[in-house]
Amino acid sequence: MSATIDQLVNREYQYGFSTDIESDTLPPGLSEDTVRFISAKKNEPEWLLEWRLKAYRRWLTMKEPHWPNVTYPPIDYQASSYYSAPKSVKPLGSLDEVDPKLLETYAKLGISLNEQKRLSGVAVDAVFDSVSVGTTFREELAKEGIIFCSFSEAVREHGDLVRQYLGSVIPYSDNFFAALNSAVFSDGSFCYIPKGVRCPMELSTYFRINQETTGQFERTLIVADEGSYVSYLEGCTAPKRDTNQLHAAVVEIVALDNATVKYSTVQNWYAGDENGLGGIYNFVTKRGKAMKNSKISWTQVETGSAITWKYPSVILQGDNSVGEFYSVAVASKMQQADTGTKMIHIGRNTKSNIVSKGISAMKGQNSYRGKVHILPKAEGARNYTQCDSMLVGNECGAHTFPYIEVQNNSAILEHEASTSKIGEDQIFYLKQRGLDAEQAVSMIVSGFCKEVFKELPMEFALEAQQLLGITLEGSVG
Amino acid sequence: MLEIRDLHASVDGTPILKGITLTVNAGEVHAVMGPNGSGKSTLAQVLAGHPAYEITGGEMLYNGENLAEMDAEVRAQQGVFLAFQYPVEIPGVSNAYFLRAAYNAKRKAQGLDEVDPMEFLDLVEEQLKLVDMDPAMLHRSVNAGFSGGEKKRNEILQMAVLTPSLAILDETDSGLDIDALRIVANGVNALKRPENATILVTHYQRLLNYIVPDYVHVLAGGRIVKSGGKELALELEARGYDWLLEAVA
Ligand SMILES: Nc1ncnc2c1ncn2[C@@H]1O[C@H](COP(=O)(O)OP(=O)(O)O)[C@@H](O)[C@H]1O
Ligand SMILES: [Mg+2]
Repeated sequence: MSATIDQLVNREYQYGFSTDIESDTLPPGLSEDTVRFISAKKNEPEWLLEWRLKAYRRWLTMKEPHWPNVTYPPIDYQASSYYSAPKSVKPLGSLDEVDPKLLETYAKLGISLNEQKRLSGVAVDAVFDSVSVGTTFREELAKEGIIFCSFSEAVREHGDLVRQYLGSVIPYSDNFFAALNSAVFSDGSFCYIPKGVRCPMELSTYFRINQETTGQFERTLIVADEGSYVSYLEGCTAPKRDTNQLHAAVVEIVALDNATVKYSTVQNWYAGDENGLGGIYNFVTKRGKAMKNSKISWTQVETGSAITWKYPSVILQGDNSVGEFYSVAVASKMQQADTGTKMIHIGRNTKSNIVSKGISAMKGQNSYRGKVHILPKAEGARNYTQCDSMLVGNECGAHTFPYIEVQNNSAILEHEASTSKIGEDQIFYLKQRGLDAEQAVSMIVSGFCKEVFKELPMEFALEAQQLLGITLEGSVG
Repeated sequence: MLEIRDLHASVDGTPILKGITLTVNAGEVHAVMGPNGSGKSTLAQVLAGHPAYEITGGEMLYNGENLAEMDAEVRAQQGVFLAFQYPVEIPGVSNAYFLRAAYNAKRKAQGLDEVDPMEFLDLVEEQLKLVDMDPAMLHRSVNAGFSGGEKKRNEILQMAVLTPSLAILDETDSGLDIDALRIVANGVNALKRPENATILVTHYQRLLNYIVPDYVHVLAGGRIVKSGGKELALELEARGYDWLLEAVA
């Protein structure tokens, strides 16, 4: 039985190719000069350079966190390159000018940057190594007053907005990796939805690491003004390489009064091989701040990376605000995932909902780490946490680290947890009904992840299902 | 249809079946009875192809083909159906989706087109009546949170949808109240065809009041110690198994 399951979870990585393109790549190394170089390269205003330098100096005083349940050899931060951009990418270039090689790369990844060819209404900001290659549907979105562009462009064109919100949810001093990102972030996406506007299409950022020695440090800032709505998608892939590459991203979300932000990720960075060779080290800080009556919902399907360290969180600042976290995390081969969420209840009648599904296979180690903190003023706060683990085979592991801190007695918290094993009996039952082993495993896994998949936008759900090699439940489901 | 000759099987190195010989022809109903632990479920699982059991001797021919060489799913696609003594739960997978996937797997194996969800719903609604099951059950996860009786009825529903040639029912009567027993038995009787055969595994006689067997076999210690007609079941009911066990000891 395990042989078939192993084959299923050990599929060839589909996005492991690399693009041969001429790039401007900074030699490896990190110093104040590196920070200045990046900032100058982007023609940044003085305030941003200062902010980066403060972050860098702070970072120098900080220690890499070692509390996650993962092990890896020490990272040499001087060995990475902190900037790499294809030579052909021009600042503010229109989509028509994008290098065909890059278009081809994205096409191979299933992302069309040609607006006419896109059937579905999804706007894309495509980030290649350190720069944004292009953003689609900008004019259409601009009609609604929506700003959707690369971070670099936002700094130039909408400096006041960026300055107002950058670091307002995740200060540069937040943690080791956030400080590093704040110092050297290269690009990313920026999005602003004006008051009362419902964004008419899904917005997405597609991150691609290409260069061998480059780290990727992108930064995304989403501001949803009062009463607005946006659904945001994030995808990521990288070539297959024998060395480990560093990825330290930051995503900040601000949901003002009565706004709703849904942020969905399918994370599929290269995971390394079954002996643990290569793969991305994925250290990500994601957090949203929810004001009065607003809602922030994180949905993630984490299938890639050699190491994942990621806790998309919500600060429930305003009364009646809602925070959600839906997660499927797969650790197969030699992957190690330490992921979960933090829900910080500050306002009254705040609600949070956590559904975590961890799948461990082969020699994968999967840890759920979650914190629910009810502060003294959070009268009537509620949290529901459900945390399920599934083991496939005998050499993998599942671990849970739930932390709860309650400082207001009116809070109601519920926690449910389970661990199951894909059993021979389950597979045999399905085979006895005529399904082959692959269909059987797919069905069991898809059933296990159902509550999370149903939170994903349709397109993404299909991608996620494919990723796990599983079939979507039909309409009768 | 089925010919079992001197079948030996073990699990984790422990021999359980120690020489079973049994012939089942189309149109027949065979009851396999015997005390707990005598190997009845093992026989059923071995016929269906559970990978935990190792066949250490003898053979099983199904329509002339060697069953042992067929994967469990191939046996199923070719009409071998096992109603499990302990049906397995598959959380998050709706019963309707599961049933249709099973139905289509069989159709595909026969070179037929798959049916879409709407067509399938029409088809399954007919079968639901047979086992007096609430259509809402279709939308619940497979067996998850089902009562014992609901699980057993769900097995018969699957049987009705999949129309097997050889149905093996492992203790489908256990845990059923008298009404549920009658429903299940009526379902099984309604599915009887001259070209199909049924093996009823049970250690109670009472199911045999509703489904009348052509042959009754008594399994003890991994062997068939006595075979007979339907009267044998009544005799077992009256006298228990001990006299038989003593006779072979
Ligand atoms: N995994 C196993 N390892 C060892 N013995 C087993 C195992 N599974 C079943 N058995 C034994 O096989 C015998 C037959 O079991 P079973 O076929 O379930 O009996 P029945 O269905 O007639 O009650 C029992 O003695 C049982 O304890
Ligand atoms: Mg039994």
